[in-house]
Amino acid sequence: MPRLTVDDLKKIKEQYKSTLTLREGGYRAKITVHMGTCGIAAGARDVMDALLDEMAASDTKDVIVTTSGCAGLCSREPMATVEIINEAPVKYCYLDPEKIKKIFKEHVQGGKVVEEYALVVGSETSY
Amino acid sequence: MQDISLHILDIAENSIDAGATRIEIKIKEDLKNDRFILIIKDNGKGMEVGKKTKDPYFTCKTGKKFGLGIPFLAQAAEECNGRFSLSSEKGKGTTVVAEFQRSHIDLKPLGDMGATMTTLICGHPEIDYLFLYEKNGQSFSFDTKELKQELDGVPVNLPEVLKFIKEEINEGLRRIKG
Repeated sequence: MPRLTVDDLKKIKEQYKSTLTLREGGYRAKITVHMGTCGIAAGARDVMDALLDEMAASDTKDVIVTTSGCAGLCSREPMATVEIINEAPVKYCYLDPEKIKKIFKEHVQGGKVVEEYALVVGSETSY
Repeated sequence: MQDISLHILDIAENSIDAGATRIEIKIKEDLKNDRFILIIKDNGKGMEVGKKTKDPYFTCKTGKKFGLGIPFLAQAAEECNGRFSLSSEKGKGTTVVAEFQRSHIDLKPLGDMGATMTTLICGHPEIDYLFLYEKNGQSFSFDTKELKQELDGVPVNLPEVLKFIKEEINEGLRRIKG
């Protein structure tokens, strides 16, 4: 298999260890990209890919990204749920790479919900 | 699904739901017999196999009424003069095999395998994934189990590690596929 070059690995490890103390509090936010058959067919992987690019570019280490299955709203896929610690989760729908980048910058980093793409906050209030 | 890599992502998500701890994805291009073979094997809880597996209105997940992932892949294979099979043993795991005629005009492109693997790894970093691609006696393989050992405690789902994985896979495939 291809290997990390020794230099690559060293660099990543050093960076990781130098920021370890900052991250001891754990993750500040969780983003779930819905990755059911419906989501995948609608472009969820491209959304995920854009999100990971954005996180690598901004050197984000306190946000965790995960995937889930079909949420039962296939017609509104691709969807993602943003959960920031101590705040109600927000579900976003009809996503694409540009929209998720905006959500990452404004909501996850800036703390302001992107209402124009939001479907629901919590499980009841709708925009 | 637009390409094979999206089908792979979709089928592997089933393995994750089945509680797999290791998922092996193998692609073999057999030029001599004009076959393109995809194998996805997991060690999840297994499922009942019957005539209904390819029926879209059959699912073994609770809370769901239908499932389209397997019928989509089966249809894609059958459209390319190929075939689909699924074998499973309760408690041991499930293996999905999709065979295509390699030269068939309807065979979908492979697509972005790097993005499929990073999506799987990022979503469930605790699972071990093997990806193997064979063509003309040459092969490319990527195993997160080996990578995790090399990373020595650094999480495999760190954004810069994922970026590296994606580049490694796509570069490795470019070398083999030509």
